[in-house]
Amino acid sequence: MDIDFIANILFATIRMGTPLLIVAIGELVCEKSGVLNLGQEGMMLMGAVTGFMIAFHTDSLFIGFMGSVVAGALMALLFAVVTMHFYANQVATGLALTILGVGLSGFMGRSYVGEALTNIDFQIPLLSSIPFFGKVLFSHDVLVYISIGLAGAVYWFFKSTRAGLVVKAVGESPESAQSLGLSVLKVRYLAIVFGGAMAGLAGGYLSLIDTPLWAENMTAGRGWIALALVVFASWRVERVVFGAYLFGFMSIMHLVLQSFGLSVSSNLLATLPYVATVVVLVLLSRNQQRIKLFAPMSLGKSFHGAH
Amino acid sequence: MNSGSSNSRLLLDGITKSYPGCLANDNISIDVKAGSIHAILGENGAGKSTLMKIIYGVVKPDSGKLLWEGQETTINAPIDARELGIGMVFQHFSLFQTLSVVENIALGLDQRSSSDMDRLAKRIIEVSTKYGMPLEPHRLVHTLSTGERQRVEIVRCLIQDIKLLILDEPTSVLTPQEVDSLFDTLRQLADEGSSILFISHKLKEIQSLCDSATVLRAGRVSGSCVPSDESTTSMARMMVGDETQIGSEYPNAKNDMPDFLSINQLNVATTDIFGVDLKNISFAAKQGEILGIAGVAGNGQSELLSVLSGETQLEGFNIITFPDADLTQSNPMQRRACGMGFVPEDRLGHGAVPDMSLRDNALLTGFLQGLISRGFVNQSATENFSKTIIDQFDVKCGGNNSLAKSLSGGNLQKFIIGREILQTPRCLIAAHPTWGVDVGAATSIHKALIALRDQGASILIISEDIDELFTISDRICALFDGQLSPIKPTNATSIEEVGSWMAGVFGRQQAA
Repeated sequence: MDIDFIANILFATIRMGTPLLIVAIGELVCEKSGVLNLGQEGMMLMGAVTGFMIAFHTDSLFIGFMGSVVAGALMALLFAVVTMHFYANQVATGLALTILGVGLSGFMGRSYVGEALTNIDFQIPLLSSIPFFGKVLFSHDVLVYISIGLAGAVYWFFKSTRAGLVVKAVGESPESAQSLGLSVLKVRYLAIVFGGAMAGLAGGYLSLIDTPLWAENMTAGRGWIALALVVFASWRVERVVFGAYLFGFMSIMHLVLQSFGLSVSSNLLATLPYVATVVVLVLLSRNQQRIKLFAPMSLGKSFHGAH
Repeated sequence: MNSGSSNSRLLLDGITKSYPGCLANDNISIDVKAGSIHAILGENGAGKSTLMKIIYGVVKPDSGKLLWEGQETTINAPIDARELGIGMVFQHFSLFQTLSVVENIALGLDQRSSSDMDRLAKRIIEVSTKYGMPLEPHRLVHTLSTGERQRVEIVRCLIQDIKLLILDEPTSVLTPQEVDSLFDTLRQLADEGSSILFISHKLKEIQSLCDSATVLRAGRVSGSCVPSDESTTSMARMMVGDETQIGSEYPNAKNDMPDFLSINQLNVATTDIFGVDLKNISFAAKQGEILGIAGVAGNGQSELLSVLSGETQLEGFNIITFPDADLTQSNPMQRRACGMGFVPEDRLGHGAVPDMSLRDNALLTGFLQGLISRGFVNQSATENFSKTIIDQFDVKCGGNNSLAKSLSGGNLQKFIIGREILQTPRCLIAAHPTWGVDVGAATSIHKALIALRDQGASILIISEDIDELFTISDRICALFDGQLSPIKPTNATSIEEVGSWMAGVFGRQQAA
């Protein structure tokens, strides 16, 4: 096993973990405000198909990504209106959103199946030519750096800004927040739409950079694993980052195992990232008492405002 | 009353607010002077809370005028109220448990004054020491005692330029000693020119603190007075009206009855980060007596109740016993079968199923009273049982088929108490038996409890209302931080002594 091989594994780990990181960070912000949106998978798929379609016609990855973000945000807006103005159950609405996203994206993308984009790699000149570290750290596409910046920004947002404090407060007790004159609806709208935009972006990453092509159901459950990730990471940004990259690493384990000459059923290997991520995070989140300090207490409950 | 409008801080003129099926405020006019401590006195449901919410901008009145320092004003939202200099301390605190003191206070301020957390923390220390309410700005709120949480709420108001401070039943969560120091703070504030609106139904407190009082009854002003010129009886009369009986003395229980419910060396570690461990609790409730357990909420009451009802399962033997049974490991149903009855803290959820009818809720715990035969529900017996509860305990509702959640808190409380008492348990565990019910109904609940006691039942009452415990208990003790104080006969102790127990002043073991 030479150094290039390790560099390749680490490179792939980060690349596989990135979409999961983006969608999980979005959902974390949303859940911190007390809203449980189970529609991640649907929003990701809509982001993926929209981004691919737009990039295909415009030949611009950038415009494609914009499309992904807007598509995810619009799906989230739908969720926000239904749950906050019609007081629909968040769990049921989220599930419906996923079903809608799966169906609608499949329908929209029918004629794009099998088409391909000419991939444009983004690399940092000079730095990316440093041996080993150049490959591992500096030769990624720009979204990888954006996602890391995003995680850092969200961490800082909750740690040191008043707005972050407001989101946490709304998530813990919307009634108290309202009595202080904070606008629960506004905060939750913004958090939900942010979550949707991130899910769309993550979807776009899959169809525009990772593969890059459109296939039905191409998110392959990443939206669900992101939901689990947020819970098992007990709503802490640093653990979400760790969990996302762990998932990425496990996703490429088949390469590693093959290099050791082991042959394991590929179906079994395909379950590995899901199983390993959940197991590790469950072990991390054994301390129920500490979790309560980070968990948004009003998660999933409709807020009916002042009477 | 309108004579000195020059120094009027807040003048309410003809405030009216109705909700479907209820006129909460009917043409209410009140004048609060600058620098005065003004009491709003009334029973639960008299309209006090609605009126305060109107002043604080949470609720909009249907009609009526609001004059702030002589100027007509509309207050559309709490933020408007705060800009005028109105602060409010809620009965159920509006604090965020997972945030620190300084973060909680920052959330109540505008963007500008809360951007620098370090300066805010210094300001909190400054203000809180000035008014004798020391606070550590960086403590997380869930680690604070109830009294300290109230300080956070008050300091949050004081840190802005406060001209009118509204306190909604502030003393119900405090020990008598804490009440005294709160009153000192309030007097200091009034001396500095702030007005204070003090909402309460405790007459003695109002007499010792307030300069003037407005009494509300059923949404209307039923009188106003200078509390120090009145007797507590005359103010009580204004509060409850002429027809209700007030202030009864109850005969004491016979002495020398044998022990019935015994708790031996009860130690339970809580699984809740916001909970309290029960430490080495031992006591015995005698047959035919009412044993009162006082204490400020959050000192282990919920945990103790849950252990006594069997919701928290214990291991071991002879920790909870009747003379004829060891109940330590039995579940709630087995305990009921042994003759235990429970009135839980939480009425909707523990005491009753919100979406079920009163009849079905009666069946839920009354099923041992012959309401079920061979696995089938005896419909007519169930109807009769629930009808008896409704009639005997004067439960105001639409009848047997009303949903539990459609009843007001006080009426549901009467229903639950009635359901348990009518099953004539040998041992009744009741939490806050008269919480939220009016004075008249409280008296009838007390009488029913005494009658049950005189039939030989052993009754354990856990309550935050120390006056109530002194009225009906035969012996009394207090719970603090999961530990039980000594037990003394009620007529051999004083409110002061029990108050000091509530604050933890008794020979406690140190926390391990």
